[in-house]
This record gives sequence, structure tokens and C-alpha cells, in this order.
Amino acid sequence: MIQLEFVLMLAGLLFALSVAGIFLNRKNVILLLMCIELMLLAVNFNFVAFARQLGDLSGQVYVFFIMTVAAAEAAIGLAILVVLFREKKSINVERLDEMKG
Amino acid sequence: MTLTAILFYAFSAVLVVAAVGVITSRNPVHAALFLVLAFINSAVLWLLMEAEFLAIVLVLVYVGAVMVLFLFVVMMLDINVAQMREGFTRYAPLGIVVALLVVIEIGSVVWVKSLGVEPTAPAALATGVEGYSNTRALGELMYTKFIYPFELAAMLLLLAIVAAITLTMRQRRGAKQQDIAAQVAVRPQDRVRLVKMEAEKDA
Repeated sequence: MIQLEFVLMLAGLLFALSVAGIFLNRKNVILLLMCIELMLLAVNFNFVAFARQLGDLSGQVYVFFIMTVAAAEAAIGLAILVVLFREKKSINVERLDEMKG
Repeated sequence: MTLTAILFYAFSAVLVVAAVGVITSRNPVHAALFLVLAFINSAVLWLLMEAEFLAIVLVLVYVGAVMVLFLFVVMMLDINVAQMREGFTRYAPLGIVVALLVVIEIGSVVWVKSLGVEPTAPAALATGVEGYSNTRALGELMYTKFIYPFELAAMLLLLAIVAAITLTMRQRRGAKQQDIAAQVAVRPQDRVRLVKMEAEKDA
């Protein structure tokens, strides 16, 4: 029997690791995107666990939508990355300072 | 402790190790491969949690498409790994502190008994019924109750295709292209010159 608490803790640990990854790899845009994918995976774990616990399949439908959004995000993010690399020959976050935001 | 629980703990351990590998590996290609490992382990865990359709979709969509895209981009771009690693150790303490904070916060929420979700009947999904299919149940829900979100998701994917293609498409220099407007706007007086001349006679 898989306990709900264990799955939630696993998802929390995964989320925390990806947050730490964003801090560690703050220069590399590709790794930032990968960490975001990992975060979305952690969130999906919560949905799957609660869908099972509560016996409601709506949670699994939500996971499906989150995966759709994540796929779209990855595609557009990588497209932006390719254009960025073509322009600047680098994907260093610290070089992206034209907009002075 | 049942076999399911043992498998669950084992795959969870591999998943956490793979996540650590993603955020600490020196080479982006290795990070992407660790992420593939993490996704496959998650798929197994979802199978154990009776989300069979989503597990297959995770493998097909993420490992099959998204991660291949990631690997393609990582290998296509010529990344200076050493330069990217600058500041890794400088930000490591901050990252670890934030991660610990997140773990402690989420843990304290999870372990509080007043979560509201008391473990009542865990197998409330009708999985034991003869002929139950997770895919079928999910499909029935998705095409009835969630039909509008489903169509929005389809629109979103179309938008993503259009955006990705417009972003990365570029005009190659030197490539011959048809310009229909210019073709239509051609006038005979620009192209054809009528010359008057005497008829030539044989000598």
C-alpha cells in the first residue's frame, strides 16, 4: 500500500531539488528549462496521488492538461533558445541585459 | 511491506538520485539524460499509482518528444561548459538553503494530521472491477466534462507549433523564391522593346 504522505513528500523533495537546480545553474538557460520540467513533474505527482486517494479521475485529467502546457512551453522555450543562440552565440543568462529590466 | 511498496520506494530513490544528477551534472547532455531517467522512473511510479494512461503518455510525450528536442538543442548549440559553471559553488549554499526550506515547509504541511484528506478508502477508484480501463475512464471524463478545456489544450498546441515555427524560421540568403506580387505587377512595356528596322534584303 502506497501512502499518500510518502508520495507528497517525494513530490516536495523533487520540487525542492528543482528549485535548488535553478539557483545552482542560473547561467545556463537549457538547465533552467530542464529544472522547470522537473518542477511540473513534481506537481503532477501530487495530482496523481490525490486522484488515487480521493477516487476522482479529474486529477489525472489535470495532469494531462499540465503535460500539454509543459510540452508547449518546452517547444517555445527551446525555439527562443535557438534564436537567442543564433543572435548572441551564447546562452549565458548574464549576457541578456539589453532590456535593463 | 508488500512488493508494491518495495518497488515504489526503490523507484522513488532512483528518481531522487536522477533529479540530483540533473541539477549537478557538469555536462548539459548528461543532465538531459538524467532527466530522461527521472521521467521513466516517474512513469513507473505512476503505473504503481494506477495512472496507467498518464504513465504511457509520459514516456511517449516526454521521453519520446520533449527530451529528444532537448537533446537535439543541447547538441546543436555549442555551449562553453566551463563558462557556464562559473558561480556554481558560489550559489550552492543559497540553493541548498532554499531547497531545505521548501522541503521543511512542504513536509510540515504534509505531516500535519489535519490535512483534511484522512486516508479513508484508498482504493476508491474502481480499479478492481472486471474490465476497468484507466484509459477508457479518463477518455470518458475528458470528452464529456472536460471537453472545453480539452479543445483549449488543442488550440494551445497549435499555438505552440505556430510560435515555434515562426521563431525559428529564417530566410536563407541566396535562396531563389517566387514573388507572386512582382510577377503579377509586370508590365509589357518594362520587359519588351519593339524595334523598328528596315527589312533585310538578300545581296
